[in-house]
Amino acid sequence: MPPPLQAQRLLLSHRRLPSPHLRCFTAVSSLPSAPAKTVAAAAAHAPSSILSIRESLLSGERTAAEITAEYLSRLRRTEPSVRSFIHVADAAAEREAEELDRRIATEGLDAVGPLAGVLVGVKDNLCTANMPSTGGSRILDGYQPAYDATAVRRLREAGAIVVGKTNLDEFGMGSTTEGSGFQVTTNPWDDSRVPGGSSGGSASAVSARQCVVSLGSDTGGSVRQPASFCGVVGLKPTYGRVSRFGLMAYASSLDVVGCFGSSVVDTATILSVIAGHDKMDSTSSSHDVSDYKSELVPLDLLESKPLNGMRIGIIQETLGEGVETGVISSIKDAASHLEQLGSVVEEVSLPSFSLGLPAYYILASSEASSNLSRYDGIRYGRQVSGDDLNELYGGSRANGLGHEVKMRILMGTYALSAGYYDAYYKRAQQVRTLVKKSFKEALERYDILVSPAAPSAAYKIGEKINDPLAMYAGDTMTVNVNLAGLPALVVPCGFVEGGSAGLPVGLQMIGSPFSEGNLLRIGHIFEQTLQNYSFVPPLLAES
Amino acid sequence: MALTLLRGMRTPVVARRNAGLFFTTLQSPLLSRFTMRAESARAAAPKSIQLATKEAAEQKAQGFEAVIGIETHVQLSTVTKAFCSCPYSYGSQPNSTVCPTCMGHPGTLPVLNAKVVECAVRLGLALNCEIAMTSKFDRKQYFYPDLPKGYQISQFDIPIAKEGYLDLDLPVEFGGGHRRFGVTRVHMEEDAGKLLHSESGSYSQVDLNRAGVPLLEIVSEPDMRTGIEAAEYGAELQRLVRYLGVSNGNMQEGSLRCDVNVSVRPIGQSNFGTKVEIKNMNSFSAISRAIDYEISRQILLHKEGQADQIVQETRLWDESSQKTFTMRKKEGLADYRYFPEPDLPEVVLTSEYIDEIQNSMPELPEAKRRRFENMGLSMQDVLFLANDDNVARFFDSTLEHGADAKLAANWIMGDIAAYLKNEKLSIDEIKLTPLELSELIASIRNGTISGKIGKEILIELIAKGGTVKSVIEEKDLVQIADPAAIEAMVDQVLADNPKQLEQYRSGKTKLQGFFAGQVMKASKGKANPVLLNKILGEKLKANS
Repeated sequence: MPPPLQAQRLLLSHRRLPSPHLRCFTAVSSLPSAPAKTVAAAAAHAPSSILSIRESLLSGERTAAEITAEYLSRLRRTEPSVRSFIHVADAAAEREAEELDRRIATEGLDAVGPLAGVLVGVKDNLCTANMPSTGGSRILDGYQPAYDATAVRRLREAGAIVVGKTNLDEFGMGSTTEGSGFQVTTNPWDDSRVPGGSSGGSASAVSARQCVVSLGSDTGGSVRQPASFCGVVGLKPTYGRVSRFGLMAYASSLDVVGCFGSSVVDTATILSVIAGHDKMDSTSSSHDVSDYKSELVPLDLLESKPLNGMRIGIIQETLGEGVETGVISSIKDAASHLEQLGSVVEEVSLPSFSLGLPAYYILASSEASSNLSRYDGIRYGRQVSGDDLNELYGGSRANGLGHEVKMRILMGTYALSAGYYDAYYKRAQQVRTLVKKSFKEALERYDILVSPAAPSAAYKIGEKINDPLAMYAGDTMTVNVNLAGLPALVVPCGFVEGGSAGLPVGLQMIGSPFSEGNLLRIGHIFEQTLQNYSFVPPLLAES
Repeated sequence: MALTLLRGMRTPVVARRNAGLFFTTLQSPLLSRFTMRAESARAAAPKSIQLATKEAAEQKAQGFEAVIGIETHVQLSTVTKAFCSCPYSYGSQPNSTVCPTCMGHPGTLPVLNAKVVECAVRLGLALNCEIAMTSKFDRKQYFYPDLPKGYQISQFDIPIAKEGYLDLDLPVEFGGGHRRFGVTRVHMEEDAGKLLHSESGSYSQVDLNRAGVPLLEIVSEPDMRTGIEAAEYGAELQRLVRYLGVSNGNMQEGSLRCDVNVSVRPIGQSNFGTKVEIKNMNSFSAISRAIDYEISRQILLHKEGQADQIVQETRLWDESSQKTFTMRKKEGLADYRYFPEPDLPEVVLTSEYIDEIQNSMPELPEAKRRRFENMGLSMQDVLFLANDDNVARFFDSTLEHGADAKLAANWIMGDIAAYLKNEKLSIDEIKLTPLELSELIASIRNGTISGKIGKEILIELIAKGGTVKSVIEEKDLVQIADPAAIEAMVDQVLADNPKQLEQYRSGKTKLQGFFAGQVMKASKGKANPVLLNKILGEKLKANS
């Protein structure tokens, strides 16, 4: 049993057992065969690793150095199989942990920040001053930024230790992480399957408990879909909630910095640290930042119907053709569970939903074609010499950029061309307006909307690599949320058949702008009351 | 209708003053003011201009009319760049004022310098433009080594200001005349870096110090007809940005750059001819000569039946050969794939913000010229004094201290200007103050010193400062105006020069000049010359 879970069990032993009436809640698995591995009920409630670490440091039970060594040890054991990290800064992490211990001894735990001793993985399209940052692309092989991204800086200031840079689809373009210029990442639930993408490395690293939490980016679902595939919590904040300064731009009006945790509490804790206005990002919001964690009610303090009065809409268009039956079952079971918690759950139709995917690919590709113009081999990055300027540009970009990236650059260039701008880019922006309007209306009637995070669970590595349109279709559930700029939280909610222990399925919860607090509250309640499931992958049991 | 009169080449002063009053009386709402100004600009824009200059006459004699428009880039003198916090100063060590943002590093984002917006609004108002309450930035995309991001942040379909006009006076030596030229738009954008080409041409280096420096691009209507008009349009913009303080407008340093578009058409034809763009002119004089050359070149091609050789292209002006050369032909237009800049929010202005800027505007060159003209100064004087805001301020200050306008103008345009030119100084760098210039003029006028003495004192004051009074006393320069004192000196000179006196009596009357010179010498140049000659004449007459 992984030590964090053990620590949590010890803590639980000091608490009153859940009230008898809470035990009545049972989400019956719809699968003919339940996951092979079921652990004790107490361990099912997604313990907060961050809280566990903090309590250990506070009591002196463990030091930051010991905690770091534990995670690094597990990272080293699992990494050959998962391949989550492009770069691991283990020596630096150990030094930072030792420094933390010294400061805790002299200044006290409160002085070193709320994330002291928490190991964080950072997606490699976020700049880190002391580590290479490649965006998953060979054109930036060896590139080391002069600065930390704002989100990274805020984590460090909060005492977190950045343990390394996680793998991704090149510049965030893809849904499997197979698009990385460096390596293929596997899913900790089944190493023959993809972790999802583009933040596949960040998701798999948290799933495999190689780090406590991680940062990702989400342009069209790049946090939420891998969270679903890897069985972890993934949050896409409202556009502008977290600074994009230091995030290598894929599609500026759609990109957000998001985060992964193995529990909703941990995800909430991270969001509180990275959220907030940043003068370096003109699109960042000055909206107040809550202490999201403090708003989450512990399991033993929950009412019998904690979601009473809440109206939840299931997006009708996400439960039809093209969605696996196992996924639909899991989502419907999740809906039943939400009803048992006291909410009213209804189906709601969003007429513009199907328009989102093509509009997304026009807009994202258009912005990408512009954003990636800076990778020209002139000032930094890999350069291929040429006898003239066009030869230099052509050679550097042909050699340094991957196939998927080139395809999207071409699509975007075409969409922005004179004569086509109005038919493609402008039309797509008009669709975007329709999508925003559609969601706004729905979210005036419902507190949150729910859907699957993806139409399937994790598929095999290589399965869609030659069929980009099939890969694109996997973004159907998530792209609309980015077009509308809304926050969305994915929490594991069930399993479908596959692998040695089943494959996890994530429930996507969508809220109105800046309602992260509400999403986290609902997600936490859902997670804490979900019975009979454990989202610890077989990889850890095997090790 | 007052507005109709504004269309004339030389609008009567009274009508212009009325027009000014008309604008002055406008109150809220502010938007109406903008609308009115725009309408006024349209109504007043010249439909046809009587070309009084020689160049225009020459064109007409050949049956052609030129059509000229100008795109001007003004580099703003903000402390920092448009979208990052780097400073900029011309001539710095290459790549010494750069940061990840202006070098286009991954992950960086632009943050708009608010001062750029203020400068843009200020210039837009000065050009009588309609200010956009909401404008936006766009990306203009092309690959070039001096363009770090692969796109330039600019404004495309919604510029911050549009539909204005610029009033100016043509130089007297070119026939003079008042003109109003339409301004299509003013937009904000960032500058690119600079390429430094090796002498062998085998490689180039990139200096990104200038990358991201804020620019305002001003696009004129195609209202100009001669090189002189175009040059003066550029010169007036230079005056304007200097008066406003938004730019130093230095063409040699590239902080003011003009690209002109020239075409010719047969007189009477309404369609424009094929437009040729000309670049690489680093002075207004070069602009004038480049345009005149290009007009001649195009007319010649028309006359020789080779008009098809006039193609849409960019040509470079070559100063040494005084000709334009093909730089590149436009095989179809470049596709810059403009789209809205997603990393910057819209620029939203309030009426209060614009009013605040409007209320802090200085007197502009056109208004200053009209005010000087109303003082009775000649147009030549007016143009000189209003050309440089520092000179104009010095002049105004001199008048405030009581000096006569014409006399002050003469001194400034004469001895002071000569000194400044010789010493390569500007008027705010000399030690002479307006108060002392006024005192000097008064001292000459009231007879305390002579004009000649005044010039000597001026040089002293310019170079070393001090007051007129102290210099006069220090150098014992007070003019002698006492008849008795002068009479005594005359008597002495006559007594000391009996031989010359005898010769004068013998008929050599020109010797009066000699005697006058001797008296002036004896008085150290301080004797009042009028009084001196009167007394001397009487003495000589009495002795003859």
